Amino acid sequence: MTTPLPSRPDSGPARPTEGPLRSHAYGEPGLWYAAAGLVLALAMLAAFIGWILYSGVTTFWPRRVVQAKLRDGTSRIGEIVRFEYSRAPDGSSQPAWLLRTGNFELTQTHFTWVRQNDLDRFEEPAWAWVIERVEWGRFYGIPKALLVDDQPIAADPETIWAKFKELHPDTVARRRRRQALQTRDMGEVNARIEEARLSVRAAELRYGRDSTEVQRARAREEEVRRWAERAYERLKTEIESLEANNRRFQLRMVTADGREATLKLGDIVRAYPANQLARWDRVRIYLDRWHEYLTDSPREANSEGGIYPAIVGTVSMCLLLVVLVAPIGVLTAVYLREYARPSTWTSLMRIAISNLAAIPSIVYGVFGLGFFCYTVGATLDQWWFPARLPNPTYGKGALIWSSLTLAVLTLPVVIVTTEEALAAIPNSLREGSAAFGATRWQTIRRIVLPRALPGILTGIILALARGAGEVAPLMLVGAVKLAPELPVDGNFPWVHLHRSFMHLGFHIYDLGFQSPNSEAAKPMVYTTAMVLVTIVVVLNLLAIGIRNRIRSRFISETV
Amino acid sequence: MNAATWIPPVAVHPVPNGTGRTDIPASEIQVDLQRPALIHEEVRTSEPAIEFVNFNVWYGRTQAIFDVSMPIPRGAVTALIGPSGCGKSTLLRAINRINDLLPTVRNSGDIRVDGASIFGPQTDVIRLRQRIGMVFQKPNPFPMSIFENVVYPLRIRSIRNRKLLGDVCERSLKAAALWAEVQDRLHTSAMRLSGGQQQRLCIARAIAADPDVILMDEPCSALDPIATNKIEDLLATFRGRYTVIIVTHNMQQAARVSDYTAFMYLGRLIEFGPTATIFQRPSRPETLAYVTGRFG
Repeated sequence: MTTPLPSRPDSGPARPTEGPLRSHAYGEPGLWYAAAGLVLALAMLAAFIGWILYSGVTTFWPRRVVQAKLRDGTSRIGEIVRFEYSRAPDGSSQPAWLLRTGNFELTQTHFTWVRQNDLDRFEEPAWAWVIERVEWGRFYGIPKALLVDDQPIAADPETIWAKFKELHPDTVARRRRRQALQTRDMGEVNARIEEARLSVRAAELRYGRDSTEVQRARAREEEVRRWAERAYERLKTEIESLEANNRRFQLRMVTADGREATLKLGDIVRAYPANQLARWDRVRIYLDRWHEYLTDSPREANSEGGIYPAIVGTVSMCLLLVVLVAPIGVLTAVYLREYARPSTWTSLMRIAISNLAAIPSIVYGVFGLGFFCYTVGATLDQWWFPARLPNPTYGKGALIWSSLTLAVLTLPVVIVTTEEALAAIPNSLREGSAAFGATRWQTIRRIVLPRALPGILTGIILALARGAGEVAPLMLVGAVKLAPELPVDGNFPWVHLHRSFMHLGFHIYDLGFQSPNSEAAKPMVYTTAMVLVTIVVVLNLLAIGIRNRIRSRFISETV
Repeated sequence: MNAATWIPPVAVHPVPNGTGRTDIPASEIQVDLQRPALIHEEVRTSEPAIEFVNFNVWYGRTQAIFDVSMPIPRGAVTALIGPSGCGKSTLLRAINRINDLLPTVRNSGDIRVDGASIFGPQTDVIRLRQRIGMVFQKPNPFPMSIFENVVYPLRIRSIRNRKLLGDVCERSLKAAALWAEVQDRLHTSAMRLSGGQQQRLCIARAIAADPDVILMDEPCSALDPIATNKIEDLLATFRGRYTVIIVTHNMQQAARVSDYTAFMYLGRLIEFGPTATIFQRPSRPETLAYVTGRFG
């Protein structure tokens, strides 16, 4: 037997059949508000992420090269960057194209505006080349000849391109070898000298100026200096021979305005005839540029080259942050929740901790600089590295101080989430453990913490995300525009806590607002942002994966 | 029910001692809270494993246990019955001092386990609890494997001998009639077991500690009838080996599993005697009213 369900309770509001209030008074407006909120939030996120992705993904695509023929008879060769309406000197608004024309050493500018009024037409010169160089940015032009020992070996564009592909890799290898000699080998020699000098200074501080120890150290220093001179000599010879070899290979180019320029092949990072490329060649250049970007050091005030040091710096800083913040935060929460009896004092502490989360991050930066760098770091220098003073070792911005500052910054997050995780554990588990004669610490270590681990990891994930995205305090306590050395490398002890480091967030700021060549830097802002977002997502996914693995162990399937 | 809702005792009616009369209306039953507990001869002459001596408990300013004095016979199953809030669980939780974990609890009087006070300055709470197993109302398996759950009492005593751990695990699970069901998945999470299995796991864990006393706080109230049956069967096998104190709301259960039954009311012990006597010929009208289901 079926009974028809009552359609509406009698006491409910009557359904209006007409009038403006109809949709509002009937149905569920709350649902619509909630849905609208969701749509708005998703739209904002999608716009943000979409813009970063779009701009970041398209930056490295090799575009076609155009030649803008102007009405006054001159012309410009370059890549069209964008098109916009700009205000002319007479006040009228007219369309204009921004061309990346390069050739900075000839024209003193990297970019040129071409107004529609001045433009006769655009052409695509068949053999125009894009040349990325170690210095001076890009070069755009038509190849005229490839010279070996000042003798042209190729004059028509096709042969030049073929010969270039043949000769270029060797010159790049020689350039890299020279760079390695200059930085790594020379640096090693310098480090030996510095080490010897420091041992003299240390002996002076320890045994007095005229002691036998000092004399022995001086003798050793003298020895090292003699060895270093020989080493320098050897390195210099090798570098010179490499350079001489590279000077033999040159490329003669003609610019849009008919001037000739001769480029050394060794100074060319990448060159290609942009309008001759098949799709696959473009893809290869695109991937090659990404590869360079992710694995190379920056050049040209960070606006060219790669961001490898910034990636390493960001990741090591984040991991160190987790290592520092997790134990401190978890132990604090354990004390507050498991040991401390509830009192005014613990409530006050909780309020204080929550309020810490609302302090602007730059304040933490100032604190980190004043306390960690200049107080703790300077004291450590006096204890451990007196010989190096007045050059600071730890008494300046450093990886460890950055991580510590961010650890203080993210501590409230970890404490609050851990406390919540602990509070969610049923008391019956604690009593069950205590009933076997377990001490409080045994119960915490064996029962409470394992059970709370998923919640604790949630807190650490939040802290990690917060820390990875933070820039302002880092500018004061360790992130630098260009770090000579990586904070993590192959030399003992592998992690160098005292080094300053490059950070992706700071790199974005530096590119966007500090770059002398801001037009060239702008697309790099997006690529860097994309890499930073990707790293944060990867770190988070990793942590979430670990958390879910652990959580699946504890959740009862029956309940 | 708490003291505030109770009508203060007035005159005491003559007690229909042992008549089995069940026709007194509930409204006429009066409880004289000043009257000392009635402890039957059989209990008084038994060998006590645990003794309560003028024992009182307060939660903050609220008194929960009033001057309870009673022996708990050794090697027997003793049931504590009484309406909700009468202090059964509090009394039980006082024995292994697990109540001390609550910040506001105060005790007075004494509890003696094997003749020694558990509140004395020389008492080691850890050792005390190691001798007393406890099974809780809601199954509380720890978030670890079945094996680790069972050997937990040994782990916290830092016993690492694998052979010993394995033996204890097997013996305890067999004693808790769980071995056959879990022997091939000892190292899977205990949280995957059913509610009844979880409770038997908790019993196995209590046995693994090799206690003299097992405290059970309504161990079957969260279980279905079949699981309840299994645990009751288990209790029968404990007789003589362990001193068991079981708190229960289920009077049939108390009648089935226990040797002695204590009836508590409003924090007082009212009557304590052999189970058969308490359920068939109680001496106090309150007890009679409660066991016949007209009261509480």
